[in-house]
Amino acid sequence: MTDTPARTAGDPSPSGSAAPADPPLVEISGLRKSFGAVQALRGVDLTLAAGEVTALLGDNGAGKSTLVRCLTGVHPPDAGEIRFRGEPIRLGSPDDARQLGIETVYQTLGLIEDLAVWQNLYLNRELTSGFGPFRVLDKKSMISQSKDILSRLDVDVPNVRATVRRMSGGQRQSIAIARAANWGETLVIMDEPTAALGVRETAAVEALIRRLRDAEVTVLLVSHDMAQVLRVADTAYVLRRGQTAARRAVTDTTGDELVGLITGAVEGTAHA
Amino acid sequence: MAEAQAPGLLGGRLSVAAAARFAAPIGLVVVFAVFFIATPDFLTTDNISDLLVSAAILLVLAMGQQMVVTVAGIDLSVGSNLPWAAAVLGYAYTHGWGLAVSVVLALLAALMVGVVNGLLVARLNMTDFIVTLGSLSVVSGFTLLLTSGNTVAVNSGFLRGLAINGIGPVRWFWVLAFLVAVLVGFVLFRTRTGTYLLSTGGNIDAARGAGIHVDRIRLIAYASSGLACGIAAVLFVARTGGADPSLQTDLLLSSIAAVVLGGSSLFGGKASVLGSVAGALLLQSLINGFTLVNISQYYQPVAVGGVVLGAAFISRFQK
Repeated sequence: MTDTPARTAGDPSPSGSAAPADPPLVEISGLRKSFGAVQALRGVDLTLAAGEVTALLGDNGAGKSTLVRCLTGVHPPDAGEIRFRGEPIRLGSPDDARQLGIETVYQTLGLIEDLAVWQNLYLNRELTSGFGPFRVLDKKSMISQSKDILSRLDVDVPNVRATVRRMSGGQRQSIAIARAANWGETLVIMDEPTAALGVRETAAVEALIRRLRDAEVTVLLVSHDMAQVLRVADTAYVLRRGQTAARRAVTDTTGDELVGLITGAVEGTAHA
Repeated sequence: MAEAQAPGLLGGRLSVAAAARFAAPIGLVVVFAVFFIATPDFLTTDNISDLLVSAAILLVLAMGQQMVVTVAGIDLSVGSNLPWAAAVLGYAYTHGWGLAVSVVLALLAALMVGVVNGLLVARLNMTDFIVTLGSLSVVSGFTLLLTSGNTVAVNSGFLRGLAINGIGPVRWFWVLAFLVAVLVGFVLFRTRTGTYLLSTGGNIDAARGAGIHVDRIRLIAYASSGLACGIAAVLFVARTGGADPSLQTDLLLSSIAAVVLGGSSLFGGKASVLGSVAGALLLQSLINGFTLVNISQYYQPVAVGGVVLGAAFISRFQK
């Protein structure tokens, strides 16, 4: 690769004139979605640069969840465009998103409590050996590779054979994130990953997000926590009433400004 | 086959939790000990051999129920599906269609009931309890219509041999029940389908979110239970020499009881094939022992129900 101005921050126009760089991973423009009379998204523009952590901020009802669901194929948008690596795509179902390597960690985590950690990491992606109807789970490989997956991300789970039921909230969150990061080859979306966690567990999950960024995984982080956004994100987008209110490089903003942008006290320079 | 469990963390709860997990094996040992003391006729080769033969039918039913309970469902239609399949077997056989064809028809008839249950529960999202309660009644009506309420005798040397003979001391019934249990254990714990069954029962939203086709998985579970009823019906006809349309509704309760005793959660996601086998043996031993010590058979449902309530009580401590 030639010079990559990836995350030298402060540059508000990544799609700037001369740079012939790779297209951003995801480019959303003019996205609209209504549920009956309720306009959840009224023209959202958002760009996810590859290898960066992008935070998505907004008050309740600003459209964050709807936007995430449009990106994961749960809700097909009514209008607007989603470009993936420069190509326009249609996400009709969660399977479409998964095929593009987009994985999501919802607040409910999507773990099966009575299955072992390794079974959860490989859920619906089980390794098997044998032929035809006699295909048998390859437990040995899945267990040893689960250990690798977790140790690579420095996730503290002593025993991958233990059931998820035995794990703490932080461990569960970390397992869910590790799973998404392992299979989400292009983009990992996290919906308020630390909302239910204590201080120490939050720190562990934030450290995990930073390690993902170091591994150049692209992350979209939905968060309510300004301090957290400033700690782990590269770029922050603020949604207000279904529209993009602002885009800020994290190095160029403050928690107060972000709060102002969320509430509308600070007028955003929309369509960044 | 059961997942490895670390020892309990809370010392005080350890014993109760362990008792809950091993309720069926512990109960089995206790029942054996009690009847061994009560009568010299219990622990004899002949009696145990017969006990295991009668347990085979319940065991096969319990294996089907195990599949449904694993996906957090319940199959109440078992109570009429077995007589239905038995009646189909008897009807076909007495109409001269040959034993092989009759057995296949019986298996298909039972499988069909399971598939219909599965379609209603999984595709139409109807409540499992109501669906199978409804088909319990509908299917018992079909059976009465087919047989006009009469017992159909099935005089087949092959079936009689199946019930009486074996390889040396190993009776064919045990072999069949063993194979069914091994198959269910294999599917549940060694295949992808098994992981999907456990996931669907454990957390259906998470399973769906992971891209598992939960409808198909639930359909597989109910269809398996139907097929198990068919196999059990063949064994039943072999053992009794006929199909009685009004028989054996206590097998319904016993099949659920065996699974609950075995430590599977009725909320799904947790299965123990060995536990369910032990549960089935325990219930059959109770009935067998009661008969031997001449306790009125009217006490049998009381004892079976009591054991089930006891298991439910203990399982409160299971966590």
